[in-house]
Amino acid sequence: MELEKKQWMTVIEPKTRLLELKLKEVWKYRDLIVLLVQRNIKVRFKQTILGPLWFIIQPIFTTIIQTFVFGHIAKLPTDGLPQFLFYMAGNVPWAYFAACLEGTSNTFTSNAGVFGKVYFPRLTTPISVAVTAIVNYLVQFLMFLGFVLFFMIRGADVHITWVAALTPMLILQMALLGMGCGIIISSLTTKYRDLQVLVGFGVSLWMYATPIIYAGSTLSPTLYKILMLNPMAPVIELLRYGWLGAGTTPFGYWGISWVTTGILLFFGIILFNKVEKTFMDTV
Amino acid sequence: METREPVICIEGVKKRYRLGVIGGGTLQGDLESWWAKIRGKEDPNLRIGAKKYDKNETFMALDGIDLTIYHGERVGIIGQNGAGKSTLLKLLSRVTAPTEGRICIDGRIASMLEVGTGFHRELTGRENIYLNGAILGMTKAEVDAKMDQIIAFSECEQFIDTPVKRYSSGMYVKLAFSVAAHLNNEIMIMDEVLAVGDLAFQKKCLDKMSDVSREQGRTILYVSHNMNTIRQLCDRCVVMSHGKIIFDGAVDEGVAIYSGMDGKDEFPVFYDCSQKPRRRSAGTGIRIQSIRFPDREKAIIERYHPVPIEITYRADQDWDDLQICMRIRNMQTIGELGSTLTETFSVKKGRLETARLLVDFSQMLDDQYLISFEILRRLTLGNYVPMENPDTFMPIRIVNERQNDIRWIKRAWGNIQLNDLKIEGISAGDGQ
Repeated sequence: MELEKKQWMTVIEPKTRLLELKLKEVWKYRDLIVLLVQRNIKVRFKQTILGPLWFIIQPIFTTIIQTFVFGHIAKLPTDGLPQFLFYMAGNVPWAYFAACLEGTSNTFTSNAGVFGKVYFPRLTTPISVAVTAIVNYLVQFLMFLGFVLFFMIRGADVHITWVAALTPMLILQMALLGMGCGIIISSLTTKYRDLQVLVGFGVSLWMYATPIIYAGSTLSPTLYKILMLNPMAPVIELLRYGWLGAGTTPFGYWGISWVTTGILLFFGIILFNKVEKTFMDTV
Repeated sequence: METREPVICIEGVKKRYRLGVIGGGTLQGDLESWWAKIRGKEDPNLRIGAKKYDKNETFMALDGIDLTIYHGERVGIIGQNGAGKSTLLKLLSRVTAPTEGRICIDGRIASMLEVGTGFHRELTGRENIYLNGAILGMTKAEVDAKMDQIIAFSECEQFIDTPVKRYSSGMYVKLAFSVAAHLNNEIMIMDEVLAVGDLAFQKKCLDKMSDVSREQGRTILYVSHNMNTIRQLCDRCVVMSHGKIIFDGAVDEGVAIYSGMDGKDEFPVFYDCSQKPRRRSAGTGIRIQSIRFPDREKAIIERYHPVPIEITYRADQDWDDLQICMRIRNMQTIGELGSTLTETFSVKKGRLETARLLVDFSQMLDDQYLISFEILRRLTLGNYVPMENPDTFMPIRIVNERQNDIRWIKRAWGNIQLNDLKIEGISAGDGQ
């Protein structure tokens, strides 16, 4: 038949191939990603007095509280670094990772209205969330660098090491890891809303399993080994070592961390693809 | 022969939904059910008394759809609620996937299942145009190129840099529709989107749609319950019912079939009028009990074969000057197309009587109609008193059994063919 020979642009069938990533299609919609990122940023500070200042108010206050509670009251050791810088070096990237994870974890449920009416590659939404988080983080990172310079000028024992050159890779890894976990959760929440509750406190529990308010070097060797299997732990340790010059450099664990990230992201995308086709029927 | 390019090809598409609550809704619930199943115990999440979960408790929203749509067609899809129209559009716009079958599409689809999808309240009109355009698949450059046209069409120039949360609902819809109407996509899918906005804007939208279809050869799929917009916009009509396509063809015919569907049984042959409400103009004295088309299974009537109809009635007193009137109306137009009367007859008090009428429909074109009966009392000088008019409108379908009748265009020539014109004589004129 004539119809069989025709080259169709799109063929819609009940099942997807497991590894159909449709990244080409996502690339075609790159303008949408840019616009979604712009929207996320613009909308966030509409009708606020301080506007974009909120970008840096949040991390500064978190750092001050941590310095006070964990530094002054609990007197946790900080590898000899100024406490303020030590805590900021941990919580700024953590906030960024948490934003990636939490933002992508409700992709399907919070966009059900749009997804139910128009088709576009669904992966654009989690990607735009991650990119928004990166933009936020870069602003906060510049602020952090400002503080580092300030402390260096004041003569604190802080020095930037060559490990700092790995920062772009570390930033990318945190985005991929956050997105990987986020889209796994978002795919599962189309059916089980339980996970949405889990995300909130899960992230804060995860934070305590990551050397943010304490230094990796203060742990016993066994505990250190176990803790470094947490994919975020080596990332934070390396970032801190790179920009402040103290702490540990767990490169081996960092390799494991990349493998974990890859696996999570891989399963995340497979699950996401499986769900995106028919999630409208179950969400 | 005209070679037309198919742009959408739907082959055996089915969409199944499960009835009832899907799963327990919580992970805990599903785990409990699963654990109970493993131990061979009863599912704790089933309602008491309910049987085991039945996999067959499903609902076919689409039950085997085959449809090919060609380049440049404007197809109207009509059907009652739950017929599967929106599900079909959802599958075509890739919002959800079919359970079975295959859909092939050649060209970019712009789906307008809703206008203003992805609009953000806090953003200005202009920003929302970019965002909405991108969601619908345009690149930023494409939106830039069309920006002025979109703004002009939306009639919102003045407010374009105001956040849309300050817009009136009409402006919001106008802006949203303008974006969708200026898409470059080859295939447009619309679900009742024109049901919004004021009349003038609706007309503007319809004209715009017709324009893009005629001039740029776009293909349009349009779902609506508004038969007028379907008639104006479409050149092909698909009627759906219970997940199936029951008609595919000319718009007028499709609309007529849709209008005739008012229940389970099409063209029934028996009507019990005893409990039906009467119109206020109905008098007293006689009541029609039932109306029946004898000796047939459906009220499908051959045009040139007079059809018997039996009216059963009971009178409160003796009458000797009654007439039965039959009215006939069209499905599309308001008001009666025509009526016809019996001669006067008499009835006896309290007796159940049946009048057998022979109705000649030969002047009616093959189509669907609604007929109704009433009884009136004839006075002198052409006056009459209405006696009985049950609110029973019976759909009938007239089919033409003669193959060589002239091809009658009902839209131009009407639904009634008067008795043939007779040529009295032909005489030569004065000229050469």
